[in-house]
Amino acid sequence: MIAAFLSVLFDGVAYGSLLFVISVGMSVTMGLMNFINLAHGAFAMFGGYLAIALMTRVGVPFIATLPMVLVAFAVVGAVAERLLYRRVSRTRPLDQVLFTIGLTFMTTALATFLWGPSQRNIALPAPLTGQLHVLGLDLGAYRLFLIAVVIAISLALHWFVNRTRFGAQLRAAVDNPSAAAGLGIAVDRVFTLSFALGSGLAALGGALGIDVLGLDPTFSLKYTVYFLVVVVVGGEGSILGSAVAALALGMLDVVGKYYIPDVGGFLIYGMMVILLLVFPGGLFGARR
Amino acid sequence: MTATPGPSDPSGPAPRLPDGRWRAVDVLLWLIAALAYFVFPEHRVLGSQVIITALFALSLDLVLGYAGIVSLGHAAFFGLGAYTAGLLATHGWGEPLSGIVCAGAVAAVLGYAISFLVIRGRPLAQLMITLGVGLLLVEAANKAAAITGGVDGLSDVPMWRLLGAFRFDMAGNTAYLYSLAVAFLSFVVIKRIVDSPFGLSLRAIREGARRMPALGAPVGRRLSAVFTLGAGLAGVAGGLLAQTTQFVGLDSLDFPRSAAVLMVLALGGTGRLYGAFFGAGLFMLMQDFLARRNPVYWQFWIGLLLVVIVLFGRGGVLAGADAVRDRLARRRVPKRGNKP
Repeated sequence: MIAAFLSVLFDGVAYGSLLFVISVGMSVTMGLMNFINLAHGAFAMFGGYLAIALMTRVGVPFIATLPMVLVAFAVVGAVAERLLYRRVSRTRPLDQVLFTIGLTFMTTALATFLWGPSQRNIALPAPLTGQLHVLGLDLGAYRLFLIAVVIAISLALHWFVNRTRFGAQLRAAVDNPSAAAGLGIAVDRVFTLSFALGSGLAALGGALGIDVLGLDPTFSLKYTVYFLVVVVVGGEGSILGSAVAALALGMLDVVGKYYIPDVGGFLIYGMMVILLLVFPGGLFGARR
Repeated sequence: MTATPGPSDPSGPAPRLPDGRWRAVDVLLWLIAALAYFVFPEHRVLGSQVIITALFALSLDLVLGYAGIVSLGHAAFFGLGAYTAGLLATHGWGEPLSGIVCAGAVAAVLGYAISFLVIRGRPLAQLMITLGVGLLLVEAANKAAAITGGVDGLSDVPMWRLLGAFRFDMAGNTAYLYSLAVAFLSFVVIKRIVDSPFGLSLRAIREGARRMPALGAPVGRRLSAVFTLGAGLAGVAGGLLAQTTQFVGLDSLDFPRSAAVLMVLALGGTGRLYGAFFGAGLFMLMQDFLARRNPVYWQFWIGLLLVVIVLFGRGGVLAGADAVRDRLARRRVPKRGNKP
C-alpha cells in the first residue's frame, strides 16, 4: 500500500522535474521582461521532434541527441528572440498573448504538416527500459534517469545563476531591469542569452519527455497551461519557485489522477486559482 | 503595468467625447446585416453564426477593449449560457426568449462571483485566473456527463417555436433573424452604456487605474460591474448558439473558443464596438474559406494573421481604416494640430 503510493509519487516527481526543465526558461524571461510567452511549449515540442528525427534519420543514439537538441534550440531561441520576440516584448500584455497564441497555432499546423497528426514514440536504449528495484520499490529505469538528468541540470543552473558573472547580471536584471541597465548591465543581451538558454532547456525537456508526456502536434496547446501554472504559482523570475511549483504540480497531478480519477483537472486548476488569490505574486515572487 | 496606452495610442478609441448619437456607420452596419439575409439566402446558417460570434466578441470588447481586463477564459460564460439554454430546453422548457434571458442571467451571476477574483490581480494573474476558471468549467461539464452529456454534448435540443409562430428551420431563416434581432437589441444597450459616464469612467480606468480613485471613482466596483455585464452578454450569445444550432458541446466552453474570440476582436480592433462585427465577419469567412480548402492547416494561416496584426497592424482593421482617414483629413486641412 505504502509502496504503491511511493511508486506513484515517484512518477509524479519524474513528471514534475520534466515540467521544471521545460518551464524554467519561461519563468526567467517572464520575470526579466514581463513577457508572456504562450508559445514556449512549441520549443519543447520541436525539441522532441528533432530528437526523433536525429535518431531515426541520422541514427544518433538517444543520449547523444539530448545535448544536440539543447544547443540547436538555444540557437533557434536566440534568433527568434532577435527577429520576433524583441519586437513585442515591450507591448501590452494583450498583444503578447495574441502574438504568442498566433505562434502556437502556426507551430501546431507546421508540426502536423511535417510529421503528421499522430502520436510519436521512441525506442529507448535497453539500459533505460524496464524496472529497477530500489529499497523494495519498483521504479521505472527511465524515470530514474530523467530525475538524475534534471538534478544535474538544476545544479548546473544553480551554479550558473549564483556563481557566475552572467548569473549576477541576470539576477540584477530580474530584480530591477531599469536599475540594472543604469549600472551598465546590457539587459537586452542578458535577455537574449537567457531566452536562448530557456528555449534550449525547453527543447531538451521535450526530447526527454517523449516517453512521459507523449508527442503530437497538439503538445504545446495541451501543456502550455501546465507550464504557465508552474511559472505563475512559483512566481515569475524565480528558479527555486519554478522547481517547487513544478514538483508540487507533478506530484499532485499524478497522485490525483491515480487515486481520485473523478477529480481530474479540478485539483490542479482549483489549486492554482486559490494559490493565486492567496499569493498574487506567486510563492517565490521576486517582485511586488 | 508599464506602457499604459495613452490617448494617442492607435488602438484606443478616437479622441472625441462620445455623445451616444447614431451615425451613418451605425445604421449602415445593421442595414448590411439585414440585407445579407436577402442577398445570400443560402448562407443564412453561416450568417447567424457570424452574428453570434460578433455578439460574443462584443461582450469581450466591453471587458477587454473598454475596461482593459485581459481574459483568456471568456468562453466559460459563453458555454455556461449555452448549457443553460440547452438544459432548459431538454428539460421541457424550450421557449427561446426566456431561455436566453436565463442564459444571460446565469452567466452574469458567475461573472459577478468571479469578477472579485479577477479585478484584484495584475494582467498576468488576470489571465491565469480567467484561464483557470474556464478550465475548471470544462472539467465540470466533462465530468457531469449525466447532466451535460459529457464529450457527446447535448444534441437535438428541442426548441419551441419563436414567439409561438416561427419554427427553427434547417435553412437558418428563423435563426438568422432571431440572432440579428437579439444582437441589435444588445448593441443598442451596449452602445448606450459605453457612451454614458459609466463607459467613460471605464476607459479612464483602462488608461490610468491609479489616478481614478483620486477622482472619486470606485474602480473595483466599476470593473466588477462591467465584467458581470460582459459575462452576461457572452451568456446570451452562448444561449443563442445553443438554440439556433440545437446542439451544445464541450467546445462551447473550451480554451480554443476563448482564443478565437480574442482573435476576432484583435482582427477587428478593440474598444470600438464595431471591431467585434468586422472581426467576426472576417474571421468566420476566412475560417469557412480556408477550412473548406484545407481543414488541417487553416490554423496556420489564422496564426500567421495574428502575428502579422500584432507586428504591423496593431489595433486591427478598423484602426488601419482610421489611420487612413486621419491621413486624408490631415492632407485636406493642414492645420488641425489640436489633437488632445
